[in-house]
Amino acid sequence: MSDTPAHRTPGSGPAYDLAAMRARVAADDATGYWRGLEEVADTAEFRAWVEDEFPDRASLLSLDRRRFLKFMGASLALAGLSGCRFLPQRRAVPFVDAVEDQVPGLPVIYATSVTLSGIATGVLARTHEGRPTKLEGNPLHPASLGGTDAQTQAALLDLYDPDRSRTALRHGEIASWEDFLRELRTALSVQRARRGAGLRILSGAITSPTMATLMGRVHASFPEARWYQWEAVNRDSVLDATVQAFGRPLNPVHRLSSATVLLALDADVLSAGPGHVRHARDFMAGRRLGSGRADMNRLYAVESIPSNTGATADHRLPVRHSEVHAVAVALAREIGLPLAASSVTGLSEARRRWVSACARDLLANRGRAVIIAGDRQPPAVHVLAAALNEVLGAVGKTVYYTEPIYADWQRSMASIRALGQEMAGGHVDALLLMGANPVYDAPADAGFAEGLRRVRFTAHLGQRRDETAALCTWHVPEAHELESWGDARAYDGTVSLLQPLIEPLFGGKSALEVTSVIAGRPSEGYEALRAGWRARSAGVASLDAFRRAIHDGVVEGSELPPVAATVRQDALRRALQVPDATGGLEVNFAPDPSLYDGRFANNGWLQELPKAITRLTWDNAAFIAPATAGRLGIADGDELRISSQGRTLLAPARLQPGHPAEALTLHLGGGREMAGSVGSGVGFSVGALRTTDQPWSVAGAEVGKTGASHRFANTEHHHPITGGRLDGQQGRDIVRVVGLSALADATGSGAHKADEQGFYDGTDHHYDGYAWGMSIDLTLCTGCNACVIACQAENNIPVVGKEQVARGREMHWLRIDRYYEGDVDDPAVHHQPVLCMHCEQAPCEPVCPVAATVHSHEGLNQMVYNRCVGTRYCSNNCPYKVRRFNFLNYANHEEPPLLQLLRNPNVTVRGRGVMEKCTFCVQRISAARIAAEKDDRRLRDGDVVTACQAACPPRAIVFGDISDGRSAVSVAKSDPRDYSLLEELNTRPRLTYLAKVVNPNPEMPTAQQRKEVRR
Amino acid sequence: MKDGAPDQAAAIAGAPAPPGDGGGHRADPELVLGTHSHGNVDTRIADIVLDQRTHPLAWFAVFALAFIFLNGMMLTITYLLYRGVGIWGINQPAGWGFDIINFVWWIGIGHAGTLISAILLLMRQQWRTSINRFAEAMTLFAVACAGLYPLLHTGRPWVAYWLFPYPNVMGVWPQFRSPLIWDVFAVSTYMTVSALFWFVGLVPDLATLRDRARNRWAKILFAIGALGWRGSGRHWARYEAAYLMLAGLSTPLVLSVHSIVSLDFAVSVLPGWHTTIFPPYFVAGAIYAGFAMVLTLAIPVRAWYGLRDFITDKHLDWMAKIMLATGLIVVYGYVMEMFFGWYSGNRYEAHLLRNRFTGPYAPLFWALLVCNGLVPQVLWSPRWRASSAVLFAVSLVVSVGMWLERFIIIPVSLHRDFLPSSWGMYVPTVWDWGMFLGTLGLFFFLMFLFIRLLPMISMFEMRELVYRVRGRRTAESEANP
Repeated sequence: MSDTPAHRTPGSGPAYDLAAMRARVAADDATGYWRGLEEVADTAEFRAWVEDEFPDRASLLSLDRRRFLKFMGASLALAGLSGCRFLPQRRAVPFVDAVEDQVPGLPVIYATSVTLSGIATGVLARTHEGRPTKLEGNPLHPASLGGTDAQTQAALLDLYDPDRSRTALRHGEIASWEDFLRELRTALSVQRARRGAGLRILSGAITSPTMATLMGRVHASFPEARWYQWEAVNRDSVLDATVQAFGRPLNPVHRLSSATVLLALDADVLSAGPGHVRHARDFMAGRRLGSGRADMNRLYAVESIPSNTGATADHRLPVRHSEVHAVAVALAREIGLPLAASSVTGLSEARRRWVSACARDLLANRGRAVIIAGDRQPPAVHVLAAALNEVLGAVGKTVYYTEPIYADWQRSMASIRALGQEMAGGHVDALLLMGANPVYDAPADAGFAEGLRRVRFTAHLGQRRDETAALCTWHVPEAHELESWGDARAYDGTVSLLQPLIEPLFGGKSALEVTSVIAGRPSEGYEALRAGWRARSAGVASLDAFRRAIHDGVVEGSELPPVAATVRQDALRRALQVPDATGGLEVNFAPDPSLYDGRFANNGWLQELPKAITRLTWDNAAFIAPATAGRLGIADGDELRISSQGRTLLAPARLQPGHPAEALTLHLGGGREMAGSVGSGVGFSVGALRTTDQPWSVAGAEVGKTGASHRFANTEHHHPITGGRLDGQQGRDIVRVVGLSALADATGSGAHKADEQGFYDGTDHHYDGYAWGMSIDLTLCTGCNACVIACQAENNIPVVGKEQVARGREMHWLRIDRYYEGDVDDPAVHHQPVLCMHCEQAPCEPVCPVAATVHSHEGLNQMVYNRCVGTRYCSNNCPYKVRRFNFLNYANHEEPPLLQLLRNPNVTVRGRGVMEKCTFCVQRISAARIAAEKDDRRLRDGDVVTACQAACPPRAIVFGDISDGRSAVSVAKSDPRDYSLLEELNTRPRLTYLAKVVNPNPEMPTAQQRKEVRR
Repeated sequence: MKDGAPDQAAAIAGAPAPPGDGGGHRADPELVLGTHSHGNVDTRIADIVLDQRTHPLAWFAVFALAFIFLNGMMLTITYLLYRGVGIWGINQPAGWGFDIINFVWWIGIGHAGTLISAILLLMRQQWRTSINRFAEAMTLFAVACAGLYPLLHTGRPWVAYWLFPYPNVMGVWPQFRSPLIWDVFAVSTYMTVSALFWFVGLVPDLATLRDRARNRWAKILFAIGALGWRGSGRHWARYEAAYLMLAGLSTPLVLSVHSIVSLDFAVSVLPGWHTTIFPPYFVAGAIYAGFAMVLTLAIPVRAWYGLRDFITDKHLDWMAKIMLATGLIVVYGYVMEMFFGWYSGNRYEAHLLRNRFTGPYAPLFWALLVCNGLVPQVLWSPRWRASSAVLFAVSLVVSVGMWLERFIIIPVSLHRDFLPSSWGMYVPTVWDWGMFLGTLGLFFFLMFLFIRLLPMISMFEMRELVYRVRGRRTAESEANP
């Protein structure tokens, strides 16, 4: 119709008001759909075009008869093609020039980094046609070595969060980036005249070398300005302790691969804190048995909150937060620290025995032992740990110190208090907040929100319009880390690079870019980064070296070198003074195992992730020991009124076996008011009780019941407490646990094979190709949940929400079962990852009436979604209950298009009414097979790595071809510890477990005596 | 066998000759009370259909209530199709709940009808005569209610037809190893044969109605249904042969359908389901529940329509005895389950028992034992069997008990199986109840429509019974009782 006159299609040329269009798109949060620029521009022409039933009437009228008839004929023919559905009209434009290195359908992988509180973990991001779909650990990165944690995996969902800010806002009204720049420059020019006396910047902790350079420039331009760094979950204690002990701030780095005895003093070494992925990898490697190794390291945990580290420990001592110090002092005396002998501690005899046995073990392993104090503990405990490490010869071997990894390491609590006071005093004229949300997460006594109202110019750079953004003059959308250039240091100082995987979805700016504006040299992220590196001329100054670093994700050899440091005697003397014990209930604050400090509150994956040990989802709670709850008459779910120092907070009680008595634990991260559609209103905020002086524990709290009751959504419903004892396994042979000595006495005594004799020869299936199998070493599993989120990300697993979880309809293909065993006050905790077992004789297969679940020729138990009618019989008949059913339209095919970008294109998105389950990552098997067939070779061991296996920090999961006797999985399965879950059912699973081996200290009190130890 | 020499006069009058071994055989006189003649039997039964003034207020009350519930079901189904089966209380681990409980319950209820019409016919039990039509209709409607569940309980009911073996472009058959496929065959066969049997049995009566109807439309419709029945000797001969053959076909179904339904459970590996005793125990339970439902319906209906002469206390007495007998078999099943749970030494079975006795659903289990085990023992007493009120109460209790039995078998076994980590609870939602009460509504809706539109007692068989009981002279007299 090129020759038809007169009609101008919309889009062929009106001049658009781009800013207004952006604003309109951003304002239209509800749908987020727009058909084209024309619609956004909302021109009169477009409206007329939409409203006009026959927009092309003019062109029709101008046709001559012959042409008209021709068109009519064609229209009739095409009418048949169009069918009766109205599909959205979208334009598809093919690539004119192919994108370099991109083959449609094949993923491209880039190295980048994800940071948490400034500290980087290297990742490899898989992109499909330009959209990141999965993050894996970067094997070259020292904090990862290929492993990841749940939060890193979930960063992907944050990227595509539909609640992310889409436009700059001025007083909540839509504005543009240029408007912001104008106002910012005005404010800055005023400040420049005053040498920045009224300028304050608040950001999260900063480790980025480039950011440090820019900070220097900002300071040069505004010498009297102050740049505060605030983290709700911070390392103030480490900073204070190293300053006290060594006279200057130092960063302790732990090398656990050579540790044979580890004592964690209220430190969740294996699943939280800087470097925990590496710690888990290193330390658990020392617990890996088999291939000739028969010895393993030993882990002691003294802890105030049941954690994964405590669950993994060979000996766990639950004490109150305030009592850890006394335990450390007692330990110092037992180990024979100078000055320690005279110290008096109020430790019970039983605990003293525990400590002395632990001390003897540590001493016996001089040079290979290490003590780690948790970030939640006061500096004195860190000083003691540092001093003890010196005595134990750990320094330089299992622990060393480096210069701080932070650029201008600050005490977060002091910073936020100081800023609050400055604002209250009217000293702040302009405040820029970058990636911080203190209105939500600052302790109540900082008075941040009140102070913020007194500041004339406030600007907030953040990914969402959160609590802080709502109170600021300006809110500017921040680019996600996966959208921006940058760098950051890992826990050991290694410089890690961030590169964008996708153009900022909403035109956000990175902190680096905003800072470059403040520093007076506005530049794009890449230029800022490159310029920073050129300026520092260290490491990767040359373009080649820079490119290589970008490719690898890390700057090789950039870890900070060890520095010599000795604990000062006066610091040690002070640390040995245990403050007087305070009575009453103690309230602990701790980062949430999933949500951290609340920044992940709008991440559905993490909200729905069953939290470590507690298995709670979509909530936080006041965790309390059953005994203490009994004394106070508190039942599970009772809403409590917790008051301390005149502040009050309401929180539902949750009885937590293994929790120390006379204490409550509250997790940060709940009670967000403006987290977004997912996270707002989930749980409660601890901000009301937390203070800058006592950020981690307050004593003398009072607790009363309000009479209300709360319903939790947890994924493990059963708490069989009988006579004060827990038997999570109900006497069943589920998690096999065996002591190391017993294992040595009679190999495999903990893992007996069932009688292999039977009526059937077991040749029900014939395999001549690969035979896929998996082995999970329960000794190595720390229950860290990385695999759960990795599986969710890889396999397009939907989030179902609290109400559905409470009904028992969570969709995780891979779950981590937790079993308590023993005394209710101090039970052993066992973790067991459970996914589809891919049974040789799968009970699900014969009962499906439509053959929707079938056995593959490689032994996979396959689920054919298209064929499934949803009778759920397979799930009923699955003894492992690993099948998941789409009771409702969980995948929501009408979800915002943004979330569709997240989908792994190689995995079907399941519809309503269909059963689903673990596939052993069949898409990865196929991809590897295709690659191998192109090379005309068989798949090699290690070619196929499942998502859970790849994520697992301690490498507890091994996958491969069991028909190959030399494959890693075959070797694992030949271990005498190998056993099948519910072996007696003769399902003959392809997934088998290696029995959990514990390495208890023979000198330690046995389980029977443990009861006294708690007193 | 019928030898095909009917009395001409009787045939013309629409009355059958006595089947079997001639007119010499006399039936139990307690099966028909009063002094009814052939004509009188017709009047009494046909008038319920033809004279619409005979319906008591109770009919309207029950029908209205049933209609309301039926509409509740329609709402539930609409919402179910819109949202998905997630509106119900099912979850992981309890993939089945009210859907399958009610399926099994309804299928079971149907069994009494088939037993009465088929097995009792073959055994020449004449007391079946006055209740068979009624029981067959009950079977049909119960199976209709049951049939809704397997269809609607699937996640994608719009492809539920994949359970049928039909040539298709996907090139796949259903999986014949699955008991659910056996179910499809069992239930669809059952539905077909029951419907056929019921309809064939209706034909002579439809002819009677056609002849007696004064309303033109009623005449036409009954005529269509009567398939041109003229009551000739040949008609009767063929009819008898067909009826007997259908009875022969139905007889194995009484045993097979519920056996197959029980295999839905017995084939699985789940403790509480994986039980060899299930088939006979399910069949006994089905007959138990079915007779309870027949009594529940027959007792009020015979009172409302003054049919005590046809559905006599003797009938009720015998039905009560069957209930007692099958109830004892069911209790034996419970005892055996418990015994083997203990004797097997299998810790999962042992736990299942403990969970039934003391778990979260224990009150339901004890209620089940009371309903199905304890209460029906009053039926040992002839005096109580003679009381309609007691029988009505017991039959209601048994219906509840049999429903509880399915609850104990299905969600209670599922909610705590092998791995304690996966244990959960099953709590039905308002939509579960909506569906259940809705099918009750559907059942009573259809049942009461049937009472009003078709003869609820087989007229020609009653005529035969009267003949047998009173002799030819009385039967053909015009005397009224």
